[in-house]
Amino acid sequence: MEFIKPGINIDFIGKRKIAFALSIMMIIATIILLIWKGGPNYGVDFSGGVLVQAKLDQKRSPADLKAALKSVQLQDSMIQEFGEEGQFEYLVRVRKTDIELTGIGDKVKQAFLAEFGQGVEIRRIEMVGPKVGEDLRQKALFAIFYAILFIAVYISGRFELKWLMSIVMALSLTFVVYVTSSFGMSVTWLILIAMIVTLGLCWFLKLKYALGAIIAIIHDVTITMGAFALTDREISLAIIAACLTIVGYSLNDTIIVFDRIRENLRRYRRRTFEDVMNLSINETLSRTILTSTTTMVVILALFFIGGSVIHDFAFAIIIGIIVGTYSSIFVASPILLIWDGTFAKSRKINKAS
Amino acid sequence: MVKSLGWRIAIILFTIVAAFIYLTPSLTDDLPAWWSSILPEDKIHLGLDLQGGMHLVLEVDSLKAVEGHLERVVEEIKRDLRKNKIRYMELKRLGTDGIALTLMRMDDKDTFSDLAEANYPDFEIRPLDDEQKRSAFHLIFLPKAKTHIMKMAVDQALETIRNRIDEFGVSEPDIRPQENNRILIQLPGIKEPGRAMALIGRTALLEFKLVDEEHSVDEALKGNIPPGDEILYQVTTDSKTGRQSKIPYLLKKRTVLTGEYITDAKVQIDNQFNEPYVSLVFDSRGAKLFTEITGQNIKKRLAIVLDKKVNSAPVIQDKISGGRAQITGNYTMNEARDLAIVLRAGALPAPVKIIEERTVGPSLGKDSIEKGFKSMLIGGAIVIIFMALYYGLSGVIADLALFLNVLFIMAGLAFFGATLTLPGIAGMILTIGMSVDANVLIFERIREELRLGKTPRASIEGGYGKALVTILDANITTLIAALVLFQFGTGPVKGFAVTLSIGIIASLVTAIFMTRIVFDYLYDKRRLKKISI
Repeated sequence: MEFIKPGINIDFIGKRKIAFALSIMMIIATIILLIWKGGPNYGVDFSGGVLVQAKLDQKRSPADLKAALKSVQLQDSMIQEFGEEGQFEYLVRVRKTDIELTGIGDKVKQAFLAEFGQGVEIRRIEMVGPKVGEDLRQKALFAIFYAILFIAVYISGRFELKWLMSIVMALSLTFVVYVTSSFGMSVTWLILIAMIVTLGLCWFLKLKYALGAIIAIIHDVTITMGAFALTDREISLAIIAACLTIVGYSLNDTIIVFDRIRENLRRYRRRTFEDVMNLSINETLSRTILTSTTTMVVILALFFIGGSVIHDFAFAIIIGIIVGTYSSIFVASPILLIWDGTFAKSRKINKAS
Repeated sequence: MVKSLGWRIAIILFTIVAAFIYLTPSLTDDLPAWWSSILPEDKIHLGLDLQGGMHLVLEVDSLKAVEGHLERVVEEIKRDLRKNKIRYMELKRLGTDGIALTLMRMDDKDTFSDLAEANYPDFEIRPLDDEQKRSAFHLIFLPKAKTHIMKMAVDQALETIRNRIDEFGVSEPDIRPQENNRILIQLPGIKEPGRAMALIGRTALLEFKLVDEEHSVDEALKGNIPPGDEILYQVTTDSKTGRQSKIPYLLKKRTVLTGEYITDAKVQIDNQFNEPYVSLVFDSRGAKLFTEITGQNIKKRLAIVLDKKVNSAPVIQDKISGGRAQITGNYTMNEARDLAIVLRAGALPAPVKIIEERTVGPSLGKDSIEKGFKSMLIGGAIVIIFMALYYGLSGVIADLALFLNVLFIMAGLAFFGATLTLPGIAGMILTIGMSVDANVLIFERIREELRLGKTPRASIEGGYGKALVTILDANITTLIAALVLFQFGTGPVKGFAVTLSIGIIASLVTAIFMTRIVFDYLYDKRRLKKISI
């Protein structure tokens, strides 16, 4: 069986302008969404607070639940129906972090028992103090940062045999992070600065493959965050894990295309870079589509059957697979082309002068 | 290649058998007796999110332990000053930094300096030049000693909590220190999380203090607290209305006896009212102190203070020797039992605060496992059928690799003693989808080679050879992401990182090594002419 006929030749690179416009639009939409919503929608893991998952014996409206919570002064909590049809499960979220958080789970239980009688089951309680939330947020951001750093080092070393350069990059990046963190800057800014410095270093050290791969990663994670903001989903620890998986997956895709580009560059020295790139993407297209399909199949199974606790995680990966596959074709590779274009031009200018 | 085929098959068979051996304990409950003596018997460890249970992070307020230590040193200095007949105007604790002392006479300055140097090596004695010609000192608590006290506080708290949990009865609790004066507690399968939390978080500082009966409480409540006294409250809750009432007591600040002398605490039932109470037994030193205090203060009231709240303040009727006391209150059986546990295990050296709690009920954990594996089966089945349809016989070989993959991940979890969590199951599902990637890469290459007109034999050779580098490159980056995740993640996320990492390695081995064996066997040994791919 074959989905993609051999010898297929779609002009992917020629459509890069449309793709760039689309990507930039999505990223801008994400930024606007995030600003409009006042930053990412952090779950209790990162914002601190309490989350209680309760199972009742019959359907109740959120207003009923709020009324029941009035007796323990938690009527300001967010109530959300949860889980499958006919399960009567609810999530109660207490966002306030200025109150005593210990024992809130028990309070909610008592309030529900008093109001709805027996048949109330508290299935899950997650309480995260504000300090722990802050810690977890830092840890998560650092995890993403280090993942990108190590991957950048690996790709530059592996693809351009510039191990020395990549080590220079790693050291200077660590230095920048060390200096900025000694100024007491918040981690969010730290990561932002580190990203910009990484991209800048890739540019100046002429690590074009790393540049393409990292831009593709940032593109994918940003758009996934946008999808979360759009659907009002919360960012929890598991979602960070999902993001890192997306990073891994997207890179996987990108590297396979890059590998082919390198191979074909050696083989067809006469052809233009654009041609070779198109050829490489087309040659790997069958594999790209096949792997995305099998991964998508299992993750869709997880999304629909895996239960409510893992739902958002599966959602993140679904978005990540779609965006990651798209970006390795339409974002990572064209960036190599842009790079070559810029440097080819500058070489000409040098000659002219 | 063909020559070594036998060897390669042997290696594979050995690995598969080893994987099954590691998996067996997780699959069956009753292992034969001979098994456990020679073979591994550890089951795959289930995370709290799958088996249900409670995860707590406590923060020890260890500065409070420093305060307590400094208070005790103040008392010691007082005694030393009295012994050496040095008179002082002021002696007090300076937060958690040290102690301030102002002497009456200049002449005592040197005497005190010598005394302090000899007796209090943990302090830097810093004389202050006071213009009023009095001699004042600051005793600065050395940072090293301070860290030591703080660390001790965490260690002691850990030990105390461990004792409490052991007595409460939890199977396989996991209690360990973490950075920043924190303690991580994992209690799998716990039934009454609320009760366990109250038991763990309680300071349980038991103090006996005399009631100041010379001054009036009302006067003290207005703000005129006599020196050396303090006001503490007795809080009672009406069991019917649930209303709380507070009764103030004016107590002497000095603690005459504490719970550290307790050797045993038991729940007993009052014959008259059929109410549970806790009876205490003091050790010989405590018993002696108790006899002294009760003997000296007959007809006065002695308050029993638990965590800065007055429990009761009975009148001492007679000298009590024998070292026994009892704590009464409107306790339920469980409350009395828990109180006895904390008194036996001892007080925490400093208050603790629960800063993170994650509780998963057993039914949710079971649901998660069921749904997780159900989606794995369905997703996996579709992938298997799809691969077989798309690649024919080669697809079936890839499916075989997929089975082995799942087997190796599970066995790997058992082998490394890793924990399977819900995100871990998700990681496994993801691996099923992604692990066929390596095979897809190889098969696509083989197809390309075949299209170039090469023989099956050469195409397989070429396909594997060319795909290998790409497969390694692509998987190493995912592995990097997984390892970073492992380093930074906690709990369930770590479980995800573990399954993902094992999955990547397993899929590399199965795709590159194992499927190759089957291909070599079919097209080298059996010399099949046409390749089904």
